[in-house]
Amino acid sequence: MDKMLLTLITFLPLAGMVAVLLAPGKAHNLIRGIAVVTSGVVFALTCWLWWVFDPTALASHGYDARTWIEIPWINSFHVYYRFGVDGLSTLLIVMTGFLSFLATFVGFSVKKQVKGFYALYMLLMTGMFGVFMALDFFLFYVFWELMLLPMYFLIGIWGGPRKEYAAIKFFIYTLLGSVLILLVMIAYYFQVAADPKTADFAFNIPWLVANQPFHGASPAFKHLLFWGLFIGFAIKVPIFPFHTWLPDAHVEAPTAISVILAGVLLKMGGYGILRFNYPLLPEVGSTDWVMWFLAVLGVVNIIYGAFCALGQTDFKRLVAYSSVSHMGYVLLGVAVLKEEGVNGAIFQMFAHGLSSAMMFMLVGVLYDRAHHREIARFGGIATQMPVYFGLAVVGFFASLGLPAMVGFIGEISVFLGAFKYSMPLTAFATLGMLLTAGYILWTMQRVYMGNPKPQYAEFPDANKWELISLVPLAATCILFGVLPALAMNIYLPSTQLFLKMFAQ
Amino acid sequence: MNDQLVLNLACVIFLLPLACFALMAVFHERIPRHGDWLATTALGVTLACAIAIFVHAAMTGRNLLVNVTFDWLPLGMTNMLKGGILVDRLTAVMLVVVTLVSFLVHLFSVGYMAGDVRYGRYYCGLLLFTTSMLGLVLANNLIYLYIFWELVGLSSYLLIGHWFEKKSASDAAIKAFITTRLGDVGMFIGLMICYWKVGSLQYADLFAAVQNGVLSGQGFAGYDWQTLAGLGIFFGAMGKSAQFPLHVWLPDAMEGPTPVSALIHAATMVAAGVYLTGRLLPFFSPPTLIFIAYIGGITAIFAATIALVQDDIKKVLAYSTVSQLGYMIMALGVGGYVSGLFHLTTHAMFKACLFLGSGAVIHAMHHEQSMSQYGGLRHKMPWTATFYIMATLALCGVPPFAGFWSKDLILGDTLAFTMQHGHWFLVVAGFGTAFLTAFYMTRQVFLTFFGAPRNEHKFEHAHEVAWQMLLPLVILGTLSLVGGLGGWFEKYNPKLDGITQIKAIAEAGYQSPLVATAVAAAHQVAAAAHEGAEGAGEHNPVVAQAHHTAMVLSIVLAFAGIGLGVLMYRERKNGKALLNPDALARAFRPVYVLLWNKYFFDEIYNAVFVETTHIAARVCAVFDRLVIDSVVNFAGLMGKVGAFVVDMLDRLVVDGLMVNGSARAAGFMGNELSYAQTGRVRQYLLLMVLGILALSGVVLVLIK
Repeated sequence: MDKMLLTLITFLPLAGMVAVLLAPGKAHNLIRGIAVVTSGVVFALTCWLWWVFDPTALASHGYDARTWIEIPWINSFHVYYRFGVDGLSTLLIVMTGFLSFLATFVGFSVKKQVKGFYALYMLLMTGMFGVFMALDFFLFYVFWELMLLPMYFLIGIWGGPRKEYAAIKFFIYTLLGSVLILLVMIAYYFQVAADPKTADFAFNIPWLVANQPFHGASPAFKHLLFWGLFIGFAIKVPIFPFHTWLPDAHVEAPTAISVILAGVLLKMGGYGILRFNYPLLPEVGSTDWVMWFLAVLGVVNIIYGAFCALGQTDFKRLVAYSSVSHMGYVLLGVAVLKEEGVNGAIFQMFAHGLSSAMMFMLVGVLYDRAHHREIARFGGIATQMPVYFGLAVVGFFASLGLPAMVGFIGEISVFLGAFKYSMPLTAFATLGMLLTAGYILWTMQRVYMGNPKPQYAEFPDANKWELISLVPLAATCILFGVLPALAMNIYLPSTQLFLKMFAQ
Repeated sequence: MNDQLVLNLACVIFLLPLACFALMAVFHERIPRHGDWLATTALGVTLACAIAIFVHAAMTGRNLLVNVTFDWLPLGMTNMLKGGILVDRLTAVMLVVVTLVSFLVHLFSVGYMAGDVRYGRYYCGLLLFTTSMLGLVLANNLIYLYIFWELVGLSSYLLIGHWFEKKSASDAAIKAFITTRLGDVGMFIGLMICYWKVGSLQYADLFAAVQNGVLSGQGFAGYDWQTLAGLGIFFGAMGKSAQFPLHVWLPDAMEGPTPVSALIHAATMVAAGVYLTGRLLPFFSPPTLIFIAYIGGITAIFAATIALVQDDIKKVLAYSTVSQLGYMIMALGVGGYVSGLFHLTTHAMFKACLFLGSGAVIHAMHHEQSMSQYGGLRHKMPWTATFYIMATLALCGVPPFAGFWSKDLILGDTLAFTMQHGHWFLVVAGFGTAFLTAFYMTRQVFLTFFGAPRNEHKFEHAHEVAWQMLLPLVILGTLSLVGGLGGWFEKYNPKLDGITQIKAIAEAGYQSPLVATAVAAAHQVAAAAHEGAEGAGEHNPVVAQAHHTAMVLSIVLAFAGIGLGVLMYRERKNGKALLNPDALARAFRPVYVLLWNKYFFDEIYNAVFVETTHIAARVCAVFDRLVIDSVVNFAGLMGKVGAFVVDMLDRLVVDGLMVNGSARAAGFMGNELSYAQTGRVRQYLLLMVLGILALSGVVLVLIK
């Protein structure tokens, strides 16, 4: 059963998609029911994965042996159906299962073409899980592209006024990154497949990492490969200056999709950097100037993103820019190649998955009622919707990085690691803590506080579906902030393996 | 009672308010009376537990009772940030102070907040605050302290902004949070230095690191790491304890309900910075301590001058609080561990009493806070007036009230320090503040409770408050009288140097390489020099002389201040005071304007920090849209243009010219040239000759 687990998690949503497609188009509740059940079962399976995954007993290739699966797929190109998880991917898979389950409820507010929406949503889930599990470069690329397609339609059909622009921008931008990744993949293929002895490993990620086929190549070429991968993943993270697709995509996407976009898709960039970029080319990643450059870039993300967030007038754009800022911690943590930093970066991905998902849900709840997102036009919501406000406090402060909530753990770990690398840079980066507090509190003041406005007097408080998606997030934001070891212990050994590659 | 029981009690003290908070946060709508009595009872039980620990500590004769450490945050396979609980004499005092004031404030609020729109939520905020504050004093390491430190900030934010419909309230809440977080950023940098150099944030390890010289390496600007870390951490204390120049948030925080001001912004949270400084005293290097002393001294006299002219009853108390906190910080800076923390304790009592008393007055006067509308209230509120005056006397430092003992000790320590090491500014600031304090408090009491009522209408409706509000005043007022008797604090919680504390913690079972090294080194030193320099300060004749002088001087200054206040504000039969304060204000108009506007700090900060940040944010947002995104859109546009050009090229050149063109050319040629095929030989010949001529011409031209 354990062998089938990863396959089940990945392809069960596909079965759900088929079921949705078979359901009559008018039976909205049936379709929603199918979606909830499917994503619920998938979430349960991911929890099971967490349960069976033993971080202390990784196989020699660094992945869990019990769930590892490897079947030849396209023999002539040495492509395998190769799935495996380590601590990093397990954590992200569980997070993905959790968020995609909750976002199913958020999707209830979608009223048009429900069938199409959930069919694509299920397809998206398959793509996301596949990305975090595939350990065959080709297979990874297939899932990476697979995920793009439903996302394009989900934004382009169910989005806001400028949905076409946003969808195309998202699609083309990410595709540009994918092409770079594809080129690097092809380079590896030709390098490895040229030798018949090793040809069978051409797309085998653990093998490529362990054997470093480009070890003897010229530094310039290695840099080319590294930066190709990096830009490909950086677009997804997103890292300055490749981030501008994000605010547009978020603003136009329906709430459920924003939740997935911020919660899961951005993590794929971070995951790619940790899984492919650095392990495939460790010499480049540990070059002095590369470390410096990327650490500075991470700090730029933190500070610049925070300033941009502070300057926004659109509620959802503000949250989108806060993502840019928060993902900067991930880059900073990885770039410095310190144990605290990398662990913190991974935790930050998890934390941001929870807190940004919650933020987007909170914005969505308001948008469903007010049909606009202009911060200046809100005010007094706290009096109108006290329960919702209570949850908003949790979400916003989790995002602010308040201690005893998830955001704090990621931030301090990254900072403690980065401080060992460079004291002045990190001291400067702590400015981000202040700016984050600034934009979060200022937004809360303008949206929630002040005198209640008559035009919002009719707003009902959060309904049960909204509570179903918000309350678990609020609870986990606090739980993992109080007991971070619950999440951290799962990937500590994997991080150590990761860092071993750079110990020279 | 054994130590296990102490640990259990400590857990109850922390968990009971927490559980109560969690329950009420979810269900306060459904609990009878929104859970006010539930919360108050829980705090009562917590207070009883705290008193039990306090008494137990006194009876065992030991300083350290409990030090438990456990794993919390794994930062790597071997790096672990540990959490832990510490109960010693200082913790015991703080536990009693926090739970006592918190309990009384809960009780007071039953009356004061009755009928509030968010009554249940208010109690949730109080409980969250109390839990965090208790967690803060129970922590045995900097990371837990930092966590609860920020949570205290959160609850302060929520409570200041309790009436968030008012813009001023939410502004004040934000200002408080951001200003203290600025301090916290400094503190966090200090923490990072500690973690980097020491690898642990346990107090014991930090003290041991100082003993072992781990932090003696050169850092920045000629200062060693110990100094830098100390300054960073103290920066956090400056934020929380509203020290100059981070004091600006505290007066604004008075936007919160008055019981909140008593609990958070007078007695406990703002004292957290003082607690932290006291707790880490062995960690601070001499340059850091000097810095601390100066910050305290500047704050003390600076805030006292502002308090002289304020009209809002709570603003006066707020600046007074800032000033008194400066006292405590200054005391700690000159090494006066006992005096600083003693003053923290007594100040918590009389300042909480003053704030709750002002709350009673405000409540009675229908939320009028301006003292120019008061007057003569002692006739309407005799009990409140009595206990208010008792607390005022304590604040002024009149013997035998509580404040006298602690303030006298501070002044003595400062004078002794100055006589040995210089820094006369500290003495001037200390004694000057004592005089100013006595003056502005006398002014307040006379403006509020004496003289003729200045607002007849409100005066008519004023009334003595209900028992729930009076009882806390009685208890705190009484404590203001007896709370400092005999300088009990010095015997209860004497100053211990770092190595003694390390040894105690090591004996309590804490193990780490740093601590082991420090203890071993200390044993060697002790063996080498049997008689240490222990207590050198106490038996020093200079010190004794200083304390004697300070006592006389402080009493004289207190009475001088009170006397001047009476002269200026006690109305005689003709309704005029002996000295006219208005005339004085006119005579020193620039000074008055400066003080009235609080030295223009808010305006300056607003212009320098807030506005520039907003401008930078707007610039970034516009830059992002106009430059970075435009590049993307331009690239997209270029792609489109390129596609269009290629398309046109394809259609016009490739398809049009080359494929279709050659076909069409062939067709054209065939068509057009067919006219030449006339079949007449003469014509052919003519064309041939013309062609040859033309070609020859071309050849000739080319050859030339």
